[in-house]
Amino acid sequence: MIEGIFHYEFLQNAFLTGLLIGILAPLLGVFIVVRRLSLIADALSHVTLAGIAASLLIENKLTMMAGLNPLYMGMVFSVGGSLFIEKLRGVYKQYQELAIPIIMSGGIGLGVIFISLANGFNTDLYSYLFGSVSAVSRTDLWVILGISMIVILIIIFLYKELFLLSFDEEHAKASGIPAKSIHFIFIVMVALVIAASMRIVGILLVSSLMTLPVAASIRIAKGFKQTILFSVLFGELSVLGGLFTAYYLDLAPGGTIVMLAVLILIMAIFYKKMTSGLGGGAK
Amino acid sequence: MQAIIEIKHLSYRYEKESVLEDINITIPDGSFLAIVGPNGSGKSTLLKLVLGLLKLQRGDILLFGQEISKFRDWQKIGYVSQKANSFNTGFPATVFEVVSSGLTKKLGLFTFFKKEHKEKVIEALEAVGMAEFSQRNIGELSGGQQQRVFIARALVSEPNLLILDEPTVGVDAENVHSFYEMLGDLNTSRGITLLLVTHDIGTISDKVTHVACLNKHLHFHGDTDEFEQVSSKGLSKVYGHDVHVLAHNHEHGGVKN
Repeated sequence: MIEGIFHYEFLQNAFLTGLLIGILAPLLGVFIVVRRLSLIADALSHVTLAGIAASLLIENKLTMMAGLNPLYMGMVFSVGGSLFIEKLRGVYKQYQELAIPIIMSGGIGLGVIFISLANGFNTDLYSYLFGSVSAVSRTDLWVILGISMIVILIIIFLYKELFLLSFDEEHAKASGIPAKSIHFIFIVMVALVIAASMRIVGILLVSSLMTLPVAASIRIAKGFKQTILFSVLFGELSVLGGLFTAYYLDLAPGGTIVMLAVLILIMAIFYKKMTSGLGGGAK
Repeated sequence: MQAIIEIKHLSYRYEKESVLEDINITIPDGSFLAIVGPNGSGKSTLLKLVLGLLKLQRGDILLFGQEISKFRDWQKIGYVSQKANSFNTGFPATVFEVVSSGLTKKLGLFTFFKKEHKEKVIEALEAVGMAEFSQRNIGELSGGQQQRVFIARALVSEPNLLILDEPTVGVDAENVHSFYEMLGDLNTSRGITLLLVTHDIGTISDKVTHVACLNKHLHFHGDTDEFEQVSSKGLSKVYGHDVHVLAHNHEHGGVKN
């Protein structure tokens, strides 16, 4: 694959996109996990599916729209879905988690209708469901690079506020920081990153890339910054390791990436067991 | 001496139920006031009013000599809520990171931590005797230690007044004494005015300079010596060397829980 990267543009695209997703998904994932919002990623990925299906349908029915990149429509749906979740969380204050299944089933329902209208599954849709290395275009790479830069800058500049909001929402509100606006920015970032990640790992596996590296990191990291660092490290290991393994063993990249993340998680759990078994637990 | 808080003829009701009636409390600069009262006595409502979380209905509250509706200097007031039992103990943050978050508002948006802020965090941790734990994860600490960390988080923005809601709830019985020692130290050596609210009428440390007994009405408000005289008439048992036992005779019918 190393020599392939120099020769084939599609391998370059996949490799660089994977590199970016490996940073972004776990980076936002840390905040999602500690705020106990893990399932939001799942719900939004299914809404993204509806957006992709809608885009493919339009492409199918309106020849003038052929060549429309489904990534854009996926992003629009994902961001729309995230705003809708926030609205629902406000409506069902006592049952905030209810917003997630509502959005999730709505997304799937809509997606299935669009798919059937577009005359069922085709290889395009299949590549979005499970990820496909060859499907990543140069345009995708540029869009994802843009999203990466925006998200990383926002996280750096709003780190203090995001930390406080995650650790102690009540205190954040009481201390007078603009908690609502910051949460809003956060949830839109999550929606964008989910739409961006689906190219590589596929819609059905996106949320795992946001949660598994973080789950492993939380077991062994000390403090919040270290949790972020380890999460990104594990995310990169999974994505890049998964892409290489999939390339050489001819496996589905999305699945390989996720299974690698699971392997890292198991190792982290065992590592923690061993070190705390030896007494102390600290390194 | 300037009054940090003046509460004048304060009354409050939730729909039909009256919670506070004609409360008058003055908190002088540099004092350590404990407001004691049973559950449902209106303590939390009083705190929320003082913190501006509830709107005044009747009466006035002056903070640092200014009417609460016009008061903007909220960083002068540090607030420690009943945290020990309500935060996510699995949260992967060090004590240092938690205390740093107390500077978020003061620093403002789009700013970063500098060396001087780190020093402030360390200083706040030293003030509560937790400096050696700064790199530990918050979840690894005991309830009492966590409570100290939350006090440090409030201290780091250098408030003049510290308000504590039931601070001893998560603290082991044997550590309550040293916890009050620490609070007394903040009061005397750092000159921070303390307002503490507790239902634990059994134990009030001698570090407290003033006491107020609340149960819808204010039943007593004065300094600790006076209070001792009043309470010793009915009860003179003493638990420990410098812990007074208070009889609280105000739980007549009315509001409970």
